[in-house]
Amino acid sequence: MAISNEYIQQKLVEKFGDQVFNFEDTYGMLCFEATKELNLKVLQFLYDEPSLGFQFLTDLCGVNFPESADRELAVVYHLHNLVENVRIRFKVFTPVTAPDVYTATQLYSTANWMERETYDFYGVNFVGHPNLKRILNVDEMDYFPLRKEFPLEDQTRIDKDDEMFGRG
Amino acid sequence: MSNHNITLAEDSIEQKTTTINLGPTHPATHGVFQNIMELDGERVVSTEQTVGYIHRAFEKLAERRPLYQITPITDRLNYCSSPINNMGWHLTCEKLLGVQTPKRVDYLRVIIMELARIADHLICNSIVGVDAGAFTGFLYVMQYRELIYEIYEEVCGSRLTTNIGRIGGFERNFTNTAFTKLEKFLKEYPVALGELESLLTRNRIFMERTIGGGAISAERALNYGFTGPNLRAAGVDYDVRVHSPYSSYQDFEFDIPVGKTGDNYDRFLVRNQEMWQSLRIIQQAYNKVQEFKGADAEIYHADVPEYYLPKKEDVYTKMEALIWHFKIIMGEVDMPKGEVYQSVEGGNGELGFYMISDGGRTPFRLHFRRPCFIYYQAYPELVKDSMLSDAILTMSSLNLIAGELDA
Repeated sequence: MAISNEYIQQKLVEKFGDQVFNFEDTYGMLCFEATKELNLKVLQFLYDEPSLGFQFLTDLCGVNFPESADRELAVVYHLHNLVENVRIRFKVFTPVTAPDVYTATQLYSTANWMERETYDFYGVNFVGHPNLKRILNVDEMDYFPLRKEFPLEDQTRIDKDDEMFGRG
Repeated sequence: MSNHNITLAEDSIEQKTTTINLGPTHPATHGVFQNIMELDGERVVSTEQTVGYIHRAFEKLAERRPLYQITPITDRLNYCSSPINNMGWHLTCEKLLGVQTPKRVDYLRVIIMELARIADHLICNSIVGVDAGAFTGFLYVMQYRELIYEIYEEVCGSRLTTNIGRIGGFERNFTNTAFTKLEKFLKEYPVALGELESLLTRNRIFMERTIGGGAISAERALNYGFTGPNLRAAGVDYDVRVHSPYSSYQDFEFDIPVGKTGDNYDRFLVRNQEMWQSLRIIQQAYNKVQEFKGADAEIYHADVPEYYLPKKEDVYTKMEALIWHFKIIMGEVDMPKGEVYQSVEGGNGELGFYMISDGGRTPFRLHFRRPCFIYYQAYPELVKDSMLSDAILTMSSLNLIAGELDA
């Protein structure tokens, strides 16, 4: 029998109390948050607890919410229980001024590059990561390009020399 | 790289290591891949991959584009099977918007997606053959990829980066030529695939080259986030088409081939078997499509005026159609708020789209879960202690696509 979202929520609340919150059902997928200090504990619990068994890390990515103070950066984990075929989404938020989040590489080898990608684009510092350096961008880059403070170029700008673009 | 931390095996070939730079544009690697390899004679001691040479910031670009303009971006992920990416993206949008597609659209999509899977797998498998020294098979099956591309062309007008379909369905109905070509493909391709198999599957040289090379256990593969044929070759029967059916895959009967050892040979076999299964699915889907008669056979899209472009003749004659046309093209339609994850079984694994919408006209955040990027991390573990030439073979048997790797 497939495990229900209510059951997962109940298990998590039993274990972590009010440290896990904002439970939501988004298009059938359970989505919740935890304080960022607890991210590894929650992942470990979801992994080890026999009745939950979320042992497959589908995806890990960052999100930037510039408007919400002290919650500017989010790290989003998508976990999958392949046996029961249940997916959940788990988030931790961190202030942009101290973007330290524990790494999940000890638990999932796959988190290695995903965390490097998140660091590369959002500057989330994964504490304990074995090789936290840029992955897709050049090493010399000194900013984190997917943060919302870097808008894409204005498409209507007119100060460009058309000759340089073969349109002169 | 220095040799400081490397302990050589007792039977070391040269008693010292050599560093070579394989790539980024090496004739033996199919795509832009760089590996800094530490070699002991011809044996790989360690390797470090560098990725990102063709990074194009798709996730950033997507944050300024309306939904329909993101489809061409997805083409350029795994460009060996673009239609699957396109469909995956449409399905993501449809999930967010709550669009229900008609059955006929689902079946047509299945036909296109399975053709794309065949195109993807046949390239990968024949390239494995090339890297093992058999060029013939590659050129031979290439003709059938051409036939698949002709079908795409008939449906959407382009071949490699297809931009096929729209949110809600297809831009036009399939023509009779498309179905004729599909029939031709269904008739001729099994013969060619059989011949490719008879060339390689039990070929002594090919078996010696591939068996045991680049092997990974099921536990490690899962821990590394493998999906798709690479995971199934290790013996885990996880397939998105079965686990989270989309586009009416639950209406079809097919098997999930699994391997045992997760080596290059098993990956080859799994891909081959998957092509047979895809043929089975296409045949079933085609039969189902044939069952629609009269007005039902004219259904090729769902009714989503906010996102599906109206017919051109209506745009010129009807006010409402003109308004929608303008709003869609200018990207002036506000999306519902929400957060959605949708995945499809891509050519090389679970291709996921994670979209956050804040109610604006473009996604607030779009993340692609690219199977290639995720399983390529395992490469050093896969090729450790193998010969350099087997490392090359392992790379092609993983079906790495640079476009998907770097997004």
